[in-house]
Amino acid sequence: MWGIDMQKIKSMEMKGITKRFPGVIANKDIDLKVNSGEVFALLGENGAGKTTLMNILYGLYSPDEGNIYINDKKVIIDSPKKALELGIGMVHQHFMLVPSLTVSENIALGSDFESKFRLDLKKISKNIKKLSKDYSLEVEPEKKISELSVGEQQKVEIVKALYHGANFLVLDEPTAALTPQESSQLISWLRTVIKEDMGVIFISHKLNEVMSVSDRVQVLRNGKTYFSAKTKNTNIDELAKNMAGREIKLPKLEAEKTHGDILMELKHIWVKDRRGIDVLKDINLKLREGEILGIAGVSGNGQKDLAEVITGLKKAYKGEIIFGDQNIEKKSVQEIIDLGVGFIPEDRLHMGTIPRFTVKENLILKDYLKNPFSNNYILDQNYIKNYCKTTVEEYDVRCPNINTPTHALSGGNIQKIILSRELKREPDVLVAAYPIRGVDIAAVEYIHSKLLEARENGMAILLITEELEEIMNLSDRIAVIYEGEILRILDNTAASKSKLGTLMAGVVDENK
Amino acid sequence: MDIINLFELISRILIISISVSAPYIFAGIGEMFSQKSGVLNLGVEGIMMVGAFSAFYFTWAYNNVLLGIAVSLIVGAVMGLLMGFVSITLKAKQGISGIGIYMLGWGTAGTLFRLFIGGVESIDKGVENIDLPVLGRIPYLGRIFFSHNILVYAAFLLVPLSWYLLYKTPWGLKVRAVGSTPRAADTMGISVNKIRYQCVIIGSTLAGLAGAYLSIAQANMFTSDLIAGRGFIAVALVYFGRWKPFGVLKGALLFSTANAFQRWFQISGINFPYEVTVILPYLLIIVVLAFSHKGFAEPTALTVPYDREFKG
Ligand SMILES: Nc1ncnc2c1ncn2[C@@H]1O[C@H](COP(=O)(O)OP(=O)(O)O)[C@@H](O)[C@H]1O
Ligand SMILES: [Mg+2]
Repeated sequence: MWGIDMQKIKSMEMKGITKRFPGVIANKDIDLKVNSGEVFALLGENGAGKTTLMNILYGLYSPDEGNIYINDKKVIIDSPKKALELGIGMVHQHFMLVPSLTVSENIALGSDFESKFRLDLKKISKNIKKLSKDYSLEVEPEKKISELSVGEQQKVEIVKALYHGANFLVLDEPTAALTPQESSQLISWLRTVIKEDMGVIFISHKLNEVMSVSDRVQVLRNGKTYFSAKTKNTNIDELAKNMAGREIKLPKLEAEKTHGDILMELKHIWVKDRRGIDVLKDINLKLREGEILGIAGVSGNGQKDLAEVITGLKKAYKGEIIFGDQNIEKKSVQEIIDLGVGFIPEDRLHMGTIPRFTVKENLILKDYLKNPFSNNYILDQNYIKNYCKTTVEEYDVRCPNINTPTHALSGGNIQKIILSRELKREPDVLVAAYPIRGVDIAAVEYIHSKLLEARENGMAILLITEELEEIMNLSDRIAVIYEGEILRILDNTAASKSKLGTLMAGVVDENK
Repeated sequence: MDIINLFELISRILIISISVSAPYIFAGIGEMFSQKSGVLNLGVEGIMMVGAFSAFYFTWAYNNVLLGIAVSLIVGAVMGLLMGFVSITLKAKQGISGIGIYMLGWGTAGTLFRLFIGGVESIDKGVENIDLPVLGRIPYLGRIFFSHNILVYAAFLLVPLSWYLLYKTPWGLKVRAVGSTPRAADTMGISVNKIRYQCVIIGSTLAGLAGAYLSIAQANMFTSDLIAGRGFIAVALVYFGRWKPFGVLKGALLFSTANAFQRWFQISGINFPYEVTVILPYLLIIVVLAFSHKGFAEPTALTVPYDREFKG
């Protein structure tokens, strides 16, 4: 907190850190040193041990071995309070905000007050406003966290850290849930903080970000340090190779082929949100056999509604969806699933799985009542066990065993569970929303090759994403969505990053 | 029935309703603190029993009402400490540990009663009524609101006081954070377990007092069925009141008015099976609970023990 005279962190060093969890060594003998005034990128696949290492620095976990030194003096950080006092601020991978409280209440939580009997939020709000102006991070102190977007919440997290006097910032996958625009804002913002002589640890899967923001990088794999270098002396390929332990090559579709048959057609679909505002306006799309149709757009332009209207989670008030020879628009979610529509939802943990269910249960979630998973309403446990074991192996899901609760896995592995469940059902049409969000590069390679394989086998795939590279690598055709409207549909060969970029911003050029 | 008689009837029902609402307010507000911090304490009923017994015993044996109240508070606090130890430190399932506390309280009170008192005993002088000066002399209203024993006034003062504590002090902010997102609170340097212990102990202390009210301010005696499910009603009132002090108050008043009405109905001579009227207040609670269950108000971490290194 302001007022307490804190020594500025000039250097932070972790030496010989080891941390074991039941069944895994999350960190093994890791050394790391960060000076103020630099951005230090920590890289590694999902489960490499980055978050664990940072939680140790923040006093959430205690290391089994190893020490932490600040300004070359040994410190013991046994609680987050201690870390805060030392000037370490952390923006966690999963935000640490209380959704039912306001921004200023959240920030007030860690503050000392003059009186125990009075919660002076006005003063806090005033300080927040000043701070957010000084650092050009806009936040509204009176708003509730639950009303904020992910990007806004992240700003609150950063302001919170700064408010409590942090001069050393840890950002754990800060860009994983941000739109590309928000990410680039954050990155340019970081450069300004560095000028103020802060130290920053930046964790990300996205190598291009790492290249543009960091001064030094260190790569973890299976809890060990595998590589470290000055950013200017390395390149994306080298980093990718060190993260995965092998050469990574993202697959690309061969755009040739004549069009397959139309499997699903959306005709003049209109959808309203709860407030009665149109979120999808007159959508017309054809999904063809063996074809990936990419939906490009800045998220929040109706993609979620599009995915949900096809899968039956939302209803259109006008228009029809022809699938096979019937209109499925009025059908229930279960009926649509049974007819052969698969869905990889955007919120993978809560919509794609039931977090507290085991890996096994989530794998059979959609078909557990059908043969061969059950007979006459009785689950065939033996069959299920074998099925799940082979699936987990086939899709390379890294989990201690198939009875682990799903929420304990990393994002990439949860995504593989959903992917395997959806693909193995062999639906005619698959809606895949942001399938690689937050997953590491090796998993991206894997997920993409699986989607392309499904396409080869005749599946019609609607791919929703905001990563231009992903969409260009995978889609036969690309439709650009903007404010609930499809602005244009381009063939892969006719699309370029710059063209998509301008369309995504809502600019339709003259020469149609 | 003329208008004066109707007034008389209504005021009589309300007098009863206000005085019988006090134990619900104590226990309900107490349980609200506990739940607000994330601990569901289902043992309220049992804590009320030992509170009621100890208050009665010390008042009866030493002829000292204050001593009785003091002991019931201490006993309540100790029961809370136990509940806290089992469900916070040992991280036991809260539903089950609460039922354990209930059984413990029930068994202890019953056994001690048989050992030290044995039969039907009563005290002549429990907590006495105090007519507030001036206010107590307002027609009708004076009798309804300002002619009760001191614990009734305390119960009604407790409501705004808890509201202030929860929403206007730094401690209350911590409680609200700990009950919904303990991990976030922990990262801000707040001791989740300390806050939870505090809340559970406050809750049980108030439950002890609620029990004391029943034995030494309301019935002036102790029997093993004195509490008669009031502790469980208090738990329901917290849900009913949406985890807000004034909500709990509303629930307590509604329930005790229905109860007072029901009692009047029984003796009014109206030809109607009394068995049906007895269940009316409970029915009312169930119906209101069923319809008030919308919007999010529940502390999201309710019943979930906090473990810093647990990945979830
Ligand atoms: N609290 C915990 N309990 C058990 N295992 C954990 C816990 N936290 C992390 N792990 C395990 O430690 C390893 C490293 O995880 P993590 O640090 O989250 O990786 P990253 O952040 O690099 O994706 C993983 O195998 C993960 O499952
Ligand atoms: Mg992580």
